[in-house]
Amino acid sequence: MQTRRQKIKESYLLYSFKRDKVAMVSFTILAILLLAALFAPLLAPYNPYDTASIDIMDSEIPPSWTEEGDSRFFLGTDIQGRDLVSTMLYGLRISVMIGIGAVILQALIGIAVGLVSGYFGGRIDAVLMRIADVQLSFSTLMVAIIVSAIVQIAFGVGRYEQLAVPILIVIIGIAEWPQYARTVRASVLGEKNKEYVEAARVIGLDSRRIMFSHILPNTLSPVLVISTVQVANAVMSEAALSFLGLGMPVTKPSIGSLIDAGFEYIFSGAWWITFFPAVLLIVFILVINLLGDWLRDVLNPKLYKG
Amino acid sequence: MSLLEVNNLEVIFALRHGDLVALNDVSFTLDKRERLGVVGESGAGKSVTGFAVINLISKPGRISKGTILFDGKRLDRLSEREMRHIRGNRIAMIFQDPMMTLNPVLTIGTQMVETLRAHRKISKKDAAKIAIAKLELVHIPSPERRLAQYPHEFSGGMRQRIVIAIALLTDPAIIIADEPTTALDVTIQAEIMDLLLELCNTQDMGLMLITHDLGVVAEVTERVMVMYAGKVIEVAKTSDLVASPMHPYTKGLINALPGHGECDEENRLQQIPGSMPNLTEIAPGCSFHPRCEFCQDICTREVPELRSLAGMDERKVSCHFAGTEQMQ
Repeated sequence: MQTRRQKIKESYLLYSFKRDKVAMVSFTILAILLLAALFAPLLAPYNPYDTASIDIMDSEIPPSWTEEGDSRFFLGTDIQGRDLVSTMLYGLRISVMIGIGAVILQALIGIAVGLVSGYFGGRIDAVLMRIADVQLSFSTLMVAIIVSAIVQIAFGVGRYEQLAVPILIVIIGIAEWPQYARTVRASVLGEKNKEYVEAARVIGLDSRRIMFSHILPNTLSPVLVISTVQVANAVMSEAALSFLGLGMPVTKPSIGSLIDAGFEYIFSGAWWITFFPAVLLIVFILVINLLGDWLRDVLNPKLYKG
Repeated sequence: MSLLEVNNLEVIFALRHGDLVALNDVSFTLDKRERLGVVGESGAGKSVTGFAVINLISKPGRISKGTILFDGKRLDRLSEREMRHIRGNRIAMIFQDPMMTLNPVLTIGTQMVETLRAHRKISKKDAAKIAIAKLELVHIPSPERRLAQYPHEFSGGMRQRIVIAIALLTDPAIIIADEPTTALDVTIQAEIMDLLLELCNTQDMGLMLITHDLGVVAEVTERVMVMYAGKVIEVAKTSDLVASPMHPYTKGLINALPGHGECDEENRLQQIPGSMPNLTEIAPGCSFHPRCEFCQDICTREVPELRSLAGMDERKVSCHFAGTEQMQ
């Protein structure tokens, strides 16, 4: 009898992972970034949310290795005098939170819609897929701009700062669910005519059970692949919104709002405030996409490379 | 009264260019513990008959006429919910290809436990116990260990055994086996057939065996029903049918079986000329007449009824000339 551990050890997934250097490097970087985000309060030298510890006199100090640098602030400080390393760690934390939250929301809506649509077909399918088309025809940014403008007016800017994270999750989640719905629907259409589905019907299972416990597991590999890409997309959407001033407020900056905050000062010579968060964002998105590519290759037997 | 009684069943598939009559006036019965064979070539309506019994005709098909009585209940009138209680519970079905009928991403155990729990209120532990007992019944060695395995870890014959075990889970009164051995190799076929026969005897089950293999039918069933172009054309005890087929089509089928004789001109394998008509364009009269070597005028005009023959109980044929001298 194989134990679970043995099975994992001998799996094709792990085997191909070990042989793919890009995947391994990407995974390592991603793991480090995620751990850093998770343990930001422990790792960061300063707490950027603690206004008492911020000294306006420290503002715009360049990275420590430059001439005017200060050894206290490795990557320098931003315009408010916050340590850039700490702010970036906290910012990454918020970005990841929003990215994963939004993807979970997208997946929940999208998988349910895709399953129902593909399984029942006919009119239900037509209606649901047209709704998805309508949703896709609005760009994420447009929806986000409208919603966050409304929310900011409705709740006031002060309240908005507290609600920003859940609101961004909902905005990005709702904007992108059709991606999941379409992917799941396509695989359900392929699966639902297979004999095991008919066998399940003959056994006397109801539609809900057939959909969720029989068809869904068979459609999960494409879902897994787009999930990785969607996390990257969601983080990027959030960064874009924040850059436009519609995302996280400057008091609780995400990576995107940091880039935005620094952008105003880039021509006055304070390049580092924008530069380092931007590099962090690019690296983060890149490793996720590389991992997604690798996962797609592994999970798709048609793409086996010899 | 019989356990299952199908009367004047008609199934229609509504197609764009008109209705296709897949089953036309099909009547038969199945008693408790009886083994009935349903024989015919592809497209004769064998599988549709099976699906109609459990009311699972897929769109655009529907039962348009007739009654299906099971255990005194009109199955054709039951709601989807009540029907689900019959399906897989009182009447189970086995399909042709065991590679396809098991869900590839769920373990055998999951699939068995789920089936049981869909019909009975029992704990997962108890369900697993029943599953193990049924796997033993179909001669799967070390069933406890097997429950945790996925379908791809089994051979074809083993998988069909598992499919049978799943069908047995709820102790059904009838098993409908739709070409259960077609996808398996010959030695495994024999094993599976022996198993089905054994289970019918030990588990008090009726069997409706849908197949195009007369050899299998002769081995396993007690009664047999021959279908052609959506109609029942001959019903008889299996031994009678094999020994003396009455309908020209049945004769043709039996002559088309390879024998053990010498390889000379006389023992050449016979075949029935032509092929089954497209169900949308059946000629008037007997649907078999374009291929029939005994075809007369009347055959092209009048549809023969399924009638009992004088002096022969349990035997019905739909041919104008069955039992007469023209056929000898």
